Amino acid sequence: MELLSGGEMIARALEDEGVEFIFGYPGGAVLHIYDALFNKCKVPHILVRHEQAATHAADGYARATGKPGVVLVTSGPGATNAITGIATAYMDSIPMVVLSGQVQSHLIGEDAFQETDMLGICRPIVKHSFQVTKTEQIPEMIRKAFYIAASGRPGPVVIDLPKDLTNPHDKYEYEYPKKVKIRSYTPASRGHSGQIKKAAQLLLAARRPVIYSGGGVIQGNAAPQLTELAQELNFPVTNTLMGLGGYPASDRQYLGMLGMHGFYEANNAMHHSDVILAVGARFDDRVTNTTSKFCPGAKIIHIDIDPASISKTINADVPIVGPVDSVLADLIAVVRELRQAQPELPDQKALKVWWEQIDEWRDNHGLWTAPRYDVTTDFIKPQQVIETLCKVTKGEAFVTSDVGQHQMFAAQYYKFDKPRRWINSGGLGTMGFGLPAAMGVKLAFPDADVACVTGEGSIQMNIQELSTCAQYKIPVKILNLYNGYLGMVKQWQDMQYEGRYSQSVYEDSLPDFIKLAEAYHHHGVKVTKLSDLEDAMKEVFARKDELVFMDIQVDPHEHVYPMQVAPNGSMRDMWLSKTERT
Amino acid sequence: MRRIISVLLENEPGALSRVVGLFSQRGYNIETLNVAPTEDKTLSRLTLTTIGDDHKIEQITKHLNRLVDVVKLVDLSEGAHIERELMLVKVRATGAQRAEIKRCTDIFRGQIVDVGPSVYTIQITGAADKLDSFLEAVGEVAIMEVVRSGVSGIARGEKVLSL
Repeated sequence: MELLSGGEMIARALEDEGVEFIFGYPGGAVLHIYDALFNKCKVPHILVRHEQAATHAADGYARATGKPGVVLVTSGPGATNAITGIATAYMDSIPMVVLSGQVQSHLIGEDAFQETDMLGICRPIVKHSFQVTKTEQIPEMIRKAFYIAASGRPGPVVIDLPKDLTNPHDKYEYEYPKKVKIRSYTPASRGHSGQIKKAAQLLLAARRPVIYSGGGVIQGNAAPQLTELAQELNFPVTNTLMGLGGYPASDRQYLGMLGMHGFYEANNAMHHSDVILAVGARFDDRVTNTTSKFCPGAKIIHIDIDPASISKTINADVPIVGPVDSVLADLIAVVRELRQAQPELPDQKALKVWWEQIDEWRDNHGLWTAPRYDVTTDFIKPQQVIETLCKVTKGEAFVTSDVGQHQMFAAQYYKFDKPRRWINSGGLGTMGFGLPAAMGVKLAFPDADVACVTGEGSIQMNIQELSTCAQYKIPVKILNLYNGYLGMVKQWQDMQYEGRYSQSVYEDSLPDFIKLAEAYHHHGVKVTKLSDLEDAMKEVFARKDELVFMDIQVDPHEHVYPMQVAPNGSMRDMWLSKTERT
Repeated sequence: MRRIISVLLENEPGALSRVVGLFSQRGYNIETLNVAPTEDKTLSRLTLTTIGDDHKIEQITKHLNRLVDVVKLVDLSEGAHIERELMLVKVRATGAQRAEIKRCTDIFRGQIVDVGPSVYTIQITGAADKLDSFLEAVGEVAIMEVVRSGVSGIARGEKVLSL
């Protein structure tokens, strides 16, 4: 058997694992590893400009491909800088393996230079973590980390690596395990057949059904099964912010996103439903509004890989624990079997009435049936930017976003027909996510259009990555919805604080983003008139090999609507504009 | 309602901190906690008592099960079980008090495990409420120091918590 040092084992194990990119940043504690990467490793390394960006880039890669993203950072500040990105991945159940350097074993606990208790700091935001105590453990721990990160409910796994264990002079036998077994970790592999039958019966008895599908459908690769079931039954589908693309947006049965900034027809369909099929969704507070008023007449079927997500905030009548793809496939089979015996189910008359009601909601208030924003002003509306983006990229682009108004506009107005095309920080809501995530996506899919929809607040939280994009020639397109404010903060201050804009105004402090892009060797385009928007955007996307920073001046006073009324509102209680509410 | 949750845990560094961290992170309370390796040195047995309604306990057990280091767990209070706690109490014992405390210890089937000129150290085992009663019987004035191990428990009958 071959003899390798700890550092070489890491390089080799990442190759053996089939890793495509390492996103990282070197430093004292990981120099042995970096030396091994330099000499031996076939996996390309992307040198970011801040460790937070390494985690977001790995995260973007993971969301777009479904494969774990890989991060390598040094001890101390390298590790703590990675924390926000690890927490982001944890909240959205994204598979990621983070290798963090650590001071030498004998110095641990002595407040050594660049020492931090990484395992302690990251404990609440990882699926699992390992500390290597012997070099020989490295191959198995790496294999276990990838297995844990990607199986069951995915999530980030951290491996803490003391420097002495990667010493190039200490060599050990290396063999990468093909399989690992962890006796205390056995994710569910199938749903309970009795529960699936109960669910099928409940679905067939429904008169006002709705399918509420979340990020689990995307992460669990269950979009085809979800679509098949919905179409078999002619049931309406709404996707969560994390679940966009789980059901094709351009299909008639799609109601749009639900929740705080959800579509009128989606929130109403939920509120008035008698049966909700929740798939890979977790009844987040940004979806349910006041839980005691949540969907008063609905029986709830809840499919999820994670038992702890079931009946956490909203009680499930039929809980099913299992991988969403196999559970949905089983459910389709049972539904078809039951319908052979009773072809009249579900009640077609009731379903027709339900669809008429939904279409009425959609025609009167849907965001896609008519412009619901004020088109009489001279400003470009942020909604129009996303509509134009969708048109220019034919709905086929990967769209990453940061956090704020632009994120909600992108979620509302870009029509995602495919899973894994919408890449955003839904759970943690991390500003600064968009640009590095777009890098990860573009590296994975170099031929695809990758757009980062952002705002002046968010983009400046990881603007330094323009340099990484220059080094590795990553031609993403940045759409900066420039409104001169922290838009979502301003919206809340308008609605709840009588317009007192406490620390949400930049005054004249913002950089010239065009010059900034140029300083980083990229191209910049400024758009201030609606009449220029579409042509400018076409030109931006025609520049295939260039990163283009598109700075678009939008209405500074626009709000995101609908917006659920809080506190004490139900799903259907919404503001529809600045003056109109349900 | 008070529950006794018994957990088989990988005897690995950091495993205990994950369990304890889970409770503080999610706002659950730990009333008592005790942990030690089992006959299989790779496994620890952890017993904790907590208070919560059915919904909360269900969440706690689900989240515990989600920890990669947790092999198996059982809510002992769901069935017939034996619950024991060990307590060491140092009491002031002088004059007439000495005989009184000795009698009280006998009644509770405790043992005096250390004797000094003016001090007794008493060892008592039993369910938590029995230990509470003993402390009440001895009286606050006499008590100098109390050490309790936290609850340990095991199911009655054939049921076992093992691999």
